Amino acid sequence: MDKDFRKNQDRAPIAEALEAYSSERVVPFDVPGHKHGRGNPELTEFLGERTMTLDVNSMKPLDNLCHPVSVIKDAEELAAEAFGAKAAFFMVGGTTSAVQAMVFTVAARGDKIIVPRNVHRSVINAMVLCGAIPVYVDPGAHEELGIALGMQLVDIEAAIRDNPDAKAVFVNNPTYYGICSDLRGIVKLAHTHGMLVVVDEAHGTHLSFSDRLPVSAMEAGADMASVSMHKSGGSLTQSAFLLVGSAHPLCEAESDSDAKSTGNDPEENREPSIDPAYVRQIINLTQTTSGSYLFLSSLDLSRKRLALHGKELFDKVIDMAEYAREEINSIGGYYAIGSELVNGNEIFDFDKTKLVIHTLPVGLAGIEVYDLLRDEYDIQMEFGDFGNCLAYLSVGDRVREVERLVGALSEIRRHFGKDPIVSLPNSYIAPVVVLSPQEAFYADAEHIPFEKAIGRIAAESIMCYPPGIPALAPGEKITEEVLEYLRYAQEKGCQITGAEDASLKTLKVVKERTGY
Amino acid sequence: MDLWFSEFHTPSVKLAIKVDKQLYSGKSEFQRIDVFESQEFGRFLTLDGYMMLTQKDEFIYHEMMVHVPMCVHPDTRKVLVIGAGDGGVVRELVRYDSIEHIDVVEIDEEVVKVAKKYLPFTACGFDDPRVQCHFEDGLKYVRHHEDEYDLILVDSTDPFGPGEGLFTKEFYGNCYTALKEDGIMVNQNESPFYANDARAMQRAHKRIHANFPICRVFQAHIPTYPSGHWLFGFASKKYHPVRDMHAADWKSLGIETKYYNTNLHRGAFALPNYVQKLLEAMEELPGNDTTTTLNGGTIRSSESNAKKGGKS
Repeated sequence: MDKDFRKNQDRAPIAEALEAYSSERVVPFDVPGHKHGRGNPELTEFLGERTMTLDVNSMKPLDNLCHPVSVIKDAEELAAEAFGAKAAFFMVGGTTSAVQAMVFTVAARGDKIIVPRNVHRSVINAMVLCGAIPVYVDPGAHEELGIALGMQLVDIEAAIRDNPDAKAVFVNNPTYYGICSDLRGIVKLAHTHGMLVVVDEAHGTHLSFSDRLPVSAMEAGADMASVSMHKSGGSLTQSAFLLVGSAHPLCEAESDSDAKSTGNDPEENREPSIDPAYVRQIINLTQTTSGSYLFLSSLDLSRKRLALHGKELFDKVIDMAEYAREEINSIGGYYAIGSELVNGNEIFDFDKTKLVIHTLPVGLAGIEVYDLLRDEYDIQMEFGDFGNCLAYLSVGDRVREVERLVGALSEIRRHFGKDPIVSLPNSYIAPVVVLSPQEAFYADAEHIPFEKAIGRIAAESIMCYPPGIPALAPGEKITEEVLEYLRYAQEKGCQITGAEDASLKTLKVVKERTGY
Repeated sequence: MDLWFSEFHTPSVKLAIKVDKQLYSGKSEFQRIDVFESQEFGRFLTLDGYMMLTQKDEFIYHEMMVHVPMCVHPDTRKVLVIGAGDGGVVRELVRYDSIEHIDVVEIDEEVVKVAKKYLPFTACGFDDPRVQCHFEDGLKYVRHHEDEYDLILVDSTDPFGPGEGLFTKEFYGNCYTALKEDGIMVNQNESPFYANDARAMQRAHKRIHANFPICRVFQAHIPTYPSGHWLFGFASKKYHPVRDMHAADWKSLGIETKYYNTNLHRGAFALPNYVQKLLEAMEELPGNDTTTTLNGGTIRSSESNAKKGGKS
């Protein structure tokens, strides 16, 4: 590690400023009104005095999140350096707020963004707010495991060809299940066509700190990334980073004009790049003006820890996950998925810290195993779906807890195991987007019988588990193919979510008006 | 010199022992290990500041853990001991010629090293050729063994720290699988007296009860443990701890003991009313009905403290 880097990263400007502030014993005639906890003894007892003392508002020595000029600015620069980014923003509204800021930065009303069909709801919600239009790409699904995979280059290429006016490509790196698309390839492809690449790295904070893991967004040359520091990075829940990538090679070589483009710049033949000052404006549209210093300092200290010790920490996590996989696979029945699935295509790479356990061969649904672990063995998993459950391993885990998980899984198989369950079918239907998510959200809707819905525009989102890819989303045309698939999935026992009428006897559609 | 070791038994109660000198202090991968010399209790071992054993009263714990099941199942040949890095349990086990093999699984090798150097009065058992030590997580070890042991002794520390996994339902379930069809498991079962210990005792009992058809609790008096009133769990697939004891056979072995005898064996299973109530509350939980079906229908009747009261 570079000596200067280490020296820089050893600092935590926000945490240090808070420390200094609390030792000065300043008389607080400002908000928050609990005044270092004195005004709320029960809460102070509950959360601890230290926490309350640190819960303060923006002030001169502590900088201001909306327009950072001192310690927050320094901390953001250190975060940018740690992640290899051009700029970093401290986010206090969850990774959702970072994802929203990415969408708002790259697209205005009517602009298109290429997204995987199983994109997180926060992205579609952001589109409802700004009026952007999604162009969906099939993420593919694993037949046996019943999980969505990654986007293939050929599909993205086709989407770009059909939508040359799209502003950006949106990528999950990795998915919840640890599946990665060919991010470097996507960046190259998108940039060649003048499109930006924005990355949801909610489940990939650790990628920047290990050479044993898939490439991170910044390393791959992406333009923006949302990083959930609070997931694998150890900061407090609701804190995140928004990163802006360094200008990519094409841009550096060819663009000599001032880079203040926002991605919707009408100027032709100009490589897109993102101006951090514009991103700041976008963030300030929706971000609180009194960001919590508990969140900010937790981001600051977690960044320091990852920058200085991330490699060793995540080496341990990877080793622990690999060990767990080996042990779980030796129980029999269960399949803890690993790098053997990587095929250079829709499973371009796999995040080895993810511990996904396929449970159908022991005759139990993933969600059943999830429930049994919690109810019978006091083990809380991250989630369970039809065919799998996921244990989230991070910097806070120890081998002894992994032993408990493995022990409990073997017990569950012994007590509750049944004949293997056959995977459910899944197929991908390319959606026909008629209205933008915003138009569909605000349109008047009505319920009509299922069979009569052909040709109408959906006003609700319907998803089948497995594989957790939407069959319909608001603003999309209801085709015969979609109805057939829904009927089939329902017959086969897939879990149908999102529909207001869970029986699917009726569907919620947009009221027909002239003009559409 | 006025040097004292003290340990909080509750936030407002503590035990203090005047220390003559400290013989060892070190930190392993798992815990802090200390050995002291005292006038009243002789040498004593603490882990993370918690009393594990003293030279003066360790015989009570170790004799009760070993001789109770050995008197019920004299044909014990293969034994698994989990924890027990001090060697006290092993010392008692090797006194039986009928035992052919003893596997000791201790997560922390340092404890064994320290015991061998400073606590020869318990560690002497490790020298027996029938004893094989494995330094790994007990939960992991037991998971990889099936239908193999006649007796499993769980000499755990506390339900927090490195011994935590040895108080879990999955661990007891894995022990059930590792035992032969007439196997017995005895575990350190905490104390009923102070609220925190009592909760740990109840949890352990509930989890063992969910895994074994016969699940009883017995007691001993151990002066240096919180409240002095300590419990052990007796979990078994087939043998009842009192009805199936072989008192005459055991006596004929001529094993000399300082605490244990066969009359005390019977009496140890007679519990105070308040303890019985605490245990019964765990056995009557609705979730425990599953026990019978869980073990694959092999269990016809469930023998428990609740059903039999203290009338053994």
